[in-house]
Amino acid sequence: MADTQAPGRLGLDFSVEAAARYAAPIGLGVVFLIFFIATPDFLTTSNISDLLVSASILLVLAMGQQLVVTVAGIDLSVGSNLPWSAAVLGYAYTSGWGLTVSVGLALLAGLAVGVVNGLLVARLNMTDFIVTLGSLSVVSGLTLLLTSGNTVPVNSDFLRALAINGIGPVRWFWVLAFVVAVLVGFLLYRTRTGTYLLSTGGNIEAARGVGIHVNRIRLIAYASSGLACGVAAVLFVARTGGADPSLQTDLLLSSIAAVVLGGSSLFGGKASVFGTVTGALLLQSLINGFTLLGISQYYQPIAVGTVVLGAAFISRFQK
Amino acid sequence: MTDTPARMTGTSSAAPAATQSGASASQVVSPLVEITGLRKSFGAVQALQGVDLKLAPGEVTALLGDNGAGKSTLVRCLTGVHPQDAGEIRFRGEQVRFHSPDDARQLGIETVYQTLGLIEDLPVWQNLYLNHELTSGFGPFRVLDKKSMIAQSSDILSRLDVNVPNVRATVRRMSGGQRQCIAIARAANWGRTLVIMDEPTAALGVRETAAVEELIARLREASVTVLLISHDMAQVLRVADTAYVLRRGQTAARRTISATTGDELVGLITGAVQGDAHA
Repeated sequence: MADTQAPGRLGLDFSVEAAARYAAPIGLGVVFLIFFIATPDFLTTSNISDLLVSASILLVLAMGQQLVVTVAGIDLSVGSNLPWSAAVLGYAYTSGWGLTVSVGLALLAGLAVGVVNGLLVARLNMTDFIVTLGSLSVVSGLTLLLTSGNTVPVNSDFLRALAINGIGPVRWFWVLAFVVAVLVGFLLYRTRTGTYLLSTGGNIEAARGVGIHVNRIRLIAYASSGLACGVAAVLFVARTGGADPSLQTDLLLSSIAAVVLGGSSLFGGKASVFGTVTGALLLQSLINGFTLLGISQYYQPIAVGTVVLGAAFISRFQK
Repeated sequence: MTDTPARMTGTSSAAPAATQSGASASQVVSPLVEITGLRKSFGAVQALQGVDLKLAPGEVTALLGDNGAGKSTLVRCLTGVHPQDAGEIRFRGEQVRFHSPDDARQLGIETVYQTLGLIEDLPVWQNLYLNHELTSGFGPFRVLDKKSMIAQSSDILSRLDVNVPNVRATVRRMSGGQRQCIAIARAANWGRTLVIMDEPTAALGVRETAAVEELIARLREASVTVLLISHDMAQVLRVADTAYVLRRGQTAARRTISATTGDELVGLITGAVQGDAHA
């Protein structure tokens, strides 16, 4: 499968380990090649432009997930935190609080969920999986209460322009996603906090031993993921023109899948921002291509799941 | 940036000759650390029942004792992991009370535990500077000064003659001996006053053990005070100046290495030889 592409495309000696390390870029190349052959509609300027716009939302979510995975945690609450933040945005906007305040509240709503997750995991030492599974459910309930289960339309010219316009061919969504990815990369590789995030995930006892405040670091990771949900929610509302409390649960799996595809270890301590970006693009390309080919959308979760299982299999060969 | 490891360069004044006779000199020189009547219980278990110990500056002091004698508890009291129940710790003559490992670290006390405390997926230089990172810029825009840290990591290691070819490689790629040396070099670099080592050669082969012992000898030449926990009598005789033997939570004996034998030390540990330091 993807392996055969490795030596020629990247100029590397063929090895399973190299294939494992570059699984996401290789996979992305293969998916592009297949869809390019399968349909002339795939590799067109307008389709790639739209593909990148929809990938932006996933990418922002995946960047938050990346930080949590780096500290050996997992954030399952993104699945309901995004609709929750979107609902807060819709609720505030329809209540006439103005766009700036509404967007600010949406970001705060996402951040708040992240902070609660972080406090429960770091301060109370509860299992990350259970904590975020619990908040996944609690927050989805809160969202339904806030919206009574109805979609809240948000008619904002600014948000519409954010989704459609850009600087020349460069869409605002790309710019935002790019800025988020660069910020996360900068945080991880250029700052003390990033070193502590990697250390806490790599060996929490050793990190504590040298005097790193591991609880604070874990809190930062979960809070960042919550904030990323808030940002993604704003993008989501801008793109769909409203907040639907029942949608987008597949973004949870995709956000984790993007990180895993990118080569980050779920055991923590290893992060690859570039890998996660390619992972997110790969997943979004799959969905985009399937839609273009008219393949029933019921096949999409099967395809995404298969890719994730494949990534998990390949990662066994990673050293 | 001023707290960079320049301290090991100009310390050759403490020539080996001076430290050889350090045993008698240490009686005159005021101790770096003086512990008296230290007690610590965990529930019904009395781990420490009155430990007395002095660490002479610039010397390697060995801490001996059977399993359960209280060595680890003593180290944990000295590094602020456990606050003691009674007794006092004097540091350079002043009484100190550690509430957390940070307190001990502030005084320049660093510990190399058996687990080493290295982050395997980070490069060697990042491990050496962990929680001591050099940064440039100011405020929230502080950026890691990678270049300086990489260059100075090479310096730190080469000054101690630690054989690590590439400080950019991750610790995962290092051998057991290299890891131990990196952990010790890190502790020695930031442990401005005292480096505590918990069985540094327990998991190492012959050649790697020799490398670590050489490293300890170089630390002594550089006037770093070392507290060495070891079960290896031959090693203690080779590298230490003074040995303290703990038995059942009490100081059983203090011996100057030049005036003792391995058999006597073993006897003191097992109780075959009566201790004399404590009534």
